Amino acid sequence: MIDFLKQPWPWYFSGTMIVFIMLILLFFGKSFGFSSNLRTMCSMAGAGKKVKFFDFRWKDQIWNLMFLLGSILGGFIATNYLSNPEPLKLSAATVADLKNLDIDFDGGLNPGSLFSLEAMKDLKTLSILLIGGLLVGFGSRYSGGCTSGHAISGLSNLQLPSLIAVVGFFLGGLIMAFLIMPLIF
Amino acid sequence: MKFIKYILTGTLFGIIMTKSEAVSWYRIQEMFRFQSFHMYGIIGTAIILGMISVYLIKKFKAKDISGNPIVFQDKDRAFAKYLIGGTIFGLGWALTGSCPGPMFVNLGNGYPAMAIVIIGALLGTYLYGVIKNKLPH
Repeated sequence: MIDFLKQPWPWYFSGTMIVFIMLILLFFGKSFGFSSNLRTMCSMAGAGKKVKFFDFRWKDQIWNLMFLLGSILGGFIATNYLSNPEPLKLSAATVADLKNLDIDFDGGLNPGSLFSLEAMKDLKTLSILLIGGLLVGFGSRYSGGCTSGHAISGLSNLQLPSLIAVVGFFLGGLIMAFLIMPLIF
Repeated sequence: MKFIKYILTGTLFGIIMTKSEAVSWYRIQEMFRFQSFHMYGIIGTAIILGMISVYLIKKFKAKDISGNPIVFQDKDRAFAKYLIGGTIFGLGWALTGSCPGPMFVNLGNGYPAMAIVIIGALLGTYLYGVIKNKLPH
């Protein structure tokens, strides 16, 4: 059992477990959507005094912030206690494509060259991370949800708007991967 | 105390996202380049099982923990905001390899620079709130 858990989980098991999370939250009378936490955090910081969009009862959203807190803890547990030291099995084609962008595959979940403490000393890397985050935050609020809210919760409930949003997610992702990343890396 | 169940559910979510490698920047690059089935398998499985679950919940009028019927809110009918907002989201998703959940999970995974992505995401959210009324929806 523990050996199975320590390996990377197969896609069918992972997908099933994500639905399990959605169902647990529904059972608690909540809905699965992570990005609304970003709005809640802005509101907690007092943004509601200046901007009406952030003027809502953020205290009703504390449950979701607790979920967020748990997710950080979950990442810590998975990496430190439920992992084996084998490198991620990334496809050879991706490794080669990234090499062309001067990004080496280091076998981890994320490239240390972008996400380590060391990487933060580089102004270009810092701007890439900040602008990338800004696009995610702006886009998820503009479209009213992220991967969990639209792709999982929304499509499960056969929502056409969520399908349009997911088409947008991929459109943006393809533009970034094929057209913009070759220019900035 | 009433929040403990959400912390535990979130912890399970963080473990799932890590062990599925859906939090991996590399896996997201692979997905957008169509070089592996892995991410499509995860999302596809989740959507199909999700659709079946929601169908059954509605059919059997399932109730939540406090005995209230489980209700699903329909998304507003609109087009521009979903397509434009979604596309902006996708640009950031491919660049940072993170959607909002994984940003935080990756902090726990030991990638401190994710904090910069999170600060960016908070700024982006704030910016949307400020210019919301000037945007097509």
